[in-house]
Amino acid sequence: MRVIYAGLLTACLAQPALAAEIWVSNEKDDTLSVIDIDTLEVIRTLKTGERPRGITFNADFTRLYICASDSDAVQVMDPETGEILFDLPSGEDPEQFVLHPDDRHLWIANEDDAVTTVVDVDSRTVVAQINVGIEPEGMAVSPDGKTVITTSETTNMAHWIDTESHEIYANTLVDSRPRHAEFVKDGTELWVSSEIGGTISVFDTGNQNEIGKIHFEIKGVHPDLIQPVGFELTPDQKTAFVALGPSNHVAVVNTETLEVEGYILTGRRVWHMAFSPDHRLLFTTNGVSGDVTVIDVAKREAIKSIKVGRFPWGAAMRP
Amino acid sequence: MRHYVTALIAICHREALRFFGQRARMIAALVRPLMWLFVFAAGFRAALGLSITPPYETYISYETYIVPGLCAMILLFNGMQSSLSLVMDREMGTMRLLLTAPLPRWWLLSCKLMAGAVISVLQAVVFLAICALYGIRFSPMGYVAALPAMFLCALMVGALGIALSSTIRSLENFAGVMNFVIFPMFFLSTALYPLWKMAEASELLWWICAINPFSHGVETIRFALYLKADPLDWAITVAAVVVFMALALWGYDPGKRTMGRKG
Repeated sequence: MRVIYAGLLTACLAQPALAAEIWVSNEKDDTLSVIDIDTLEVIRTLKTGERPRGITFNADFTRLYICASDSDAVQVMDPETGEILFDLPSGEDPEQFVLHPDDRHLWIANEDDAVTTVVDVDSRTVVAQINVGIEPEGMAVSPDGKTVITTSETTNMAHWIDTESHEIYANTLVDSRPRHAEFVKDGTELWVSSEIGGTISVFDTGNQNEIGKIHFEIKGVHPDLIQPVGFELTPDQKTAFVALGPSNHVAVVNTETLEVEGYILTGRRVWHMAFSPDHRLLFTTNGVSGDVTVIDVAKREAIKSIKVGRFPWGAAMRP
Repeated sequence: MRHYVTALIAICHREALRFFGQRARMIAALVRPLMWLFVFAAGFRAALGLSITPPYETYISYETYIVPGLCAMILLFNGMQSSLSLVMDREMGTMRLLLTAPLPRWWLLSCKLMAGAVISVLQAVVFLAICALYGIRFSPMGYVAALPAMFLCALMVGALGIALSSTIRSLENFAGVMNFVIFPMFFLSTALYPLWKMAEASELLWWICAINPFSHGVETIRFALYLKADPLDWAITVAAVVVFMALALWGYDPGKRTMGRKG
């Protein structure tokens, strides 16, 4: 028995302690920065295709998908080695995407072509292309995988796409320049942020009707600078953190009342964000200042800003 | 040794009586920095955040930035006021009683300096409490760590005040000290603006701010509030205390002709 314990102990000691990481795409540097969540330092910088923006991991975190917008490709990286394994056909100028819960289909917004492209990552083929509004960007998939949302920046719409038929079954108007969408509260609500409109529209997913709108106001900051983009909700779905672009603040929103409970100062042009695995920390990408601000979620205050590459854009967590 | 302690307690007691007997002085001491915090800082709010500069690890508002500087402002004004009260003591004749006590002059002046510093730090603590109510808070240990830093800074400006008081013939000259010592010392420091901001405006101003010992006093307080320390800031502030105190002792040396004539 002792031998078994000793063997287990040796095996545990031999295994390096792997801390969770936050991966950040640097739009201007064509790189990814990897931040160690324990030390809050950049531990790796990896080369990518041109202008990496949206990034996401597959279900078991063995692959990273990267929207290399100016390379007109979605790249697939091995996160262990940092090696680009292959490119997926993505259509032109992929900006954001969402991985379907089946872990097989990537739904990609092609900004220049006004289409949403569906790619089978296993066969590496385009399954479908769906015409949407002008300049599609935000992508979201419902938890049951039946609906995908594409928001189009110029048409100012959220397009509701049936994932079986690849048909748009509803279009809903939102405020000017919708950038990001998420299904929340177990898929019963859809939230869409509008950059120029300065709001988040809340929809009932059952009937696609708007049921609320979140407004933002920061003392001393011109309303034009308050541009909501990315947002994330805590696991209990009671609190949302909303990146407000060039206002350099993240708003803390009560998801029941849709009231803003506070603002947290971050770096310049805060864009997207990702939680640590335990949801204790939130990492925001700040494009203009080229850093990532770390927010203590419980205290609702920024504790550190970490220099990364130029124009950090997307963020994804790897446990 | 007992006499030394008795003298220290007596001088501290006198300083405390003088301070707490003048409620207006306490209020005035707090109104000045509070005006800066609520009015000046509000105007320069920098709602979009100030760039990161040590000891800060992320972006901060302007209000957060100037709180340590305003603490140092309290120490500066109160320290100077306390030390320059020696001029009045000289006019009233109480200085003769103090300096003719059967104890070394350096000890008597040190007691006066420490008494003034304790009163100054107390005021700064009250100011920090008001800042906490306003929403600008530090960690509990940060407040504890700031106490020795504030005391050292208070000693520095107090020692300078004592040195100056030896050269001032009457209280009417206080305005000159205000204009030529206190204001330049305060404005040409890191109390209100980070050094990099000064560098943007003028390299000369940057140099003046960088060598101003008051800047280093401010930075010792700022770093201490965040449980950090820059050895250079501490070293320069301690050196300034030693130099200013040496000047003060020289100024009050009975062998010195001018003082001999006046004292």
